[in-house]
Amino acid sequence: MSNPDPAPPAADAPPVVRVTDVHYGLGGTTPVFSGLNLAAASGQITAVLGPSGTGKTTLLRLLMGMIRPHSGSVEVFGQQVPALARAPLYQLRRRVGMLFQNGALLTDLTVFENVAFPLREHTRLPESLLRRLVLMKLQAVGLRGAASLMPAALSGGMARRVALARAIVMDPELLIYDEPFVGLDPISMGMVMRLIQALNQSLGITSIVVTHDVQEISRIAHYSYLLAGGRVVAAGTPAQLHEDQAPVVQQFMNGLPDGPVPFHYPAPDYFAQLLGSP
Amino acid sequence: MRGRALIDHMSDPIVRIGRIGLFLLRVLAQLLPALARPREIVAQVFNCGARSLVIIMLSGLFVGMVLGLQGYALLQRFGSESSLGVAAALGLIRELGPVITALLFAGRAGTSLTSEIGLMRATDQLSAMEMMAVDPVRRIVAPRFLGALIAMPLLATIFSCIGIYGAQLVGVEQMGIDSGTFWSQIQSNVELRDIAEQLVKSLVFGLTCGLLAVYEGYHAEPTAEGVSLATTRTVVSSAVVTLVLDYLITATFI
Repeated sequence: MSNPDPAPPAADAPPVVRVTDVHYGLGGTTPVFSGLNLAAASGQITAVLGPSGTGKTTLLRLLMGMIRPHSGSVEVFGQQVPALARAPLYQLRRRVGMLFQNGALLTDLTVFENVAFPLREHTRLPESLLRRLVLMKLQAVGLRGAASLMPAALSGGMARRVALARAIVMDPELLIYDEPFVGLDPISMGMVMRLIQALNQSLGITSIVVTHDVQEISRIAHYSYLLAGGRVVAAGTPAQLHEDQAPVVQQFMNGLPDGPVPFHYPAPDYFAQLLGSP
Repeated sequence: MRGRALIDHMSDPIVRIGRIGLFLLRVLAQLLPALARPREIVAQVFNCGARSLVIIMLSGLFVGMVLGLQGYALLQRFGSESSLGVAAALGLIRELGPVITALLFAGRAGTSLTSEIGLMRATDQLSAMEMMAVDPVRRIVAPRFLGALIAMPLLATIFSCIGIYGAQLVGVEQMGIDSGTFWSQIQSNVELRDIAEQLVKSLVFGLTCGLLAVYEGYHAEPTAEGVSLATTRTVVSSAVVTLVLDYLITATFI
């Protein structure tokens, strides 16, 4: 069942994203990634699961060319991301929407202007058309009524929905979600989940969801990768992952506090440290 | 190892100056594209300039009044108190106007630029912009830098004018110097060269204070402590650089 190869899951089209044998480290002793392989099939929701600190956000930064891997290939829409200069990289990013963990709304602009921001930067649409587009996107996330609010007046869930409206306003082909469920109440979480699914189904947007909320994402993901120790330790449909008997998969899928992923951060012997001199 | 650490320590400031220089080039390259949004630049001139007006005017008034008092006491010893006007005017225009404006600017506008950009960094707003294929240097940094560059000469001029008025308040209204003498001395002795010195100084200070403020904010550690450290660095380095450059520019003008 464990399948760390970047096999495109159940899709005829070539994968939108393909990461092959990526090595990356922050200069510390343990590398973040050592031989990472994964792929995201066109038109599907691909989940990247893993405990906190396994480099999920780092993976997104690699995909978007914000950082470069030490070795290996990162391919998005068939282009080698690390090799791109600034201009073509920006061209590529226009085809991608990204939802940041905290929304990352521009705090000096209203909700409306936040959603309008990419349009104003990249297009010369007449104001009336722009207004309609923005209102349509806000309607899609249920926040048309909040258009005139400032981001500071929004709850966490609302801010993330506004950020989602902003991420889709340029009609991206690929949407990347960084921990979309973190810190949300059950209602907001349900809303965001439904939105991710709706955007995927109605617009056919390829989606990559990075998360550690196994139960939620299992309901909507077509294919999942489980990261641990800098590489993919298991891959498959959510059902396959749940049945995977590998200890690390079982620990993560069932939320066990101790196992192959240790509860304790590496430390010297407990008693020796307590009884020894400081 | 120790030798290596020492070399690193010694070369740190040079590396920093190099980085700031490279950042300046990056900002300069984005100035023209940033001009495409004049409204943003006007907003930044308002932010840096108009919002600093009260502190600049108040400081200018009192600096001028002190100059009036001190200048009167000094000139009286030589029986030349009628030269108070020109003494105060030249002191303000050539020296105090641009320098004190720059120091106040670093404290008022520089800190707010650094903490604003630093907080945008800390809350992923700059990353989000990059993800939307918008260069934050063009959209955020360049307009703010340009705002500082435009605001500084205006503020320095206002500072000097109010300062001269303050000196006049003390000299003419309080000490009884003849008003006609006060103003005519200024008129006949302040030359275009003096005004040029103020303009050059305040433009240079606008460039350095603005650049340091946006540089520190853009490169702040994305934490509360990092933003606070960056803000402190802005004030300290702006003040030191202003005073050093002031000496150099004065030396070339004299």
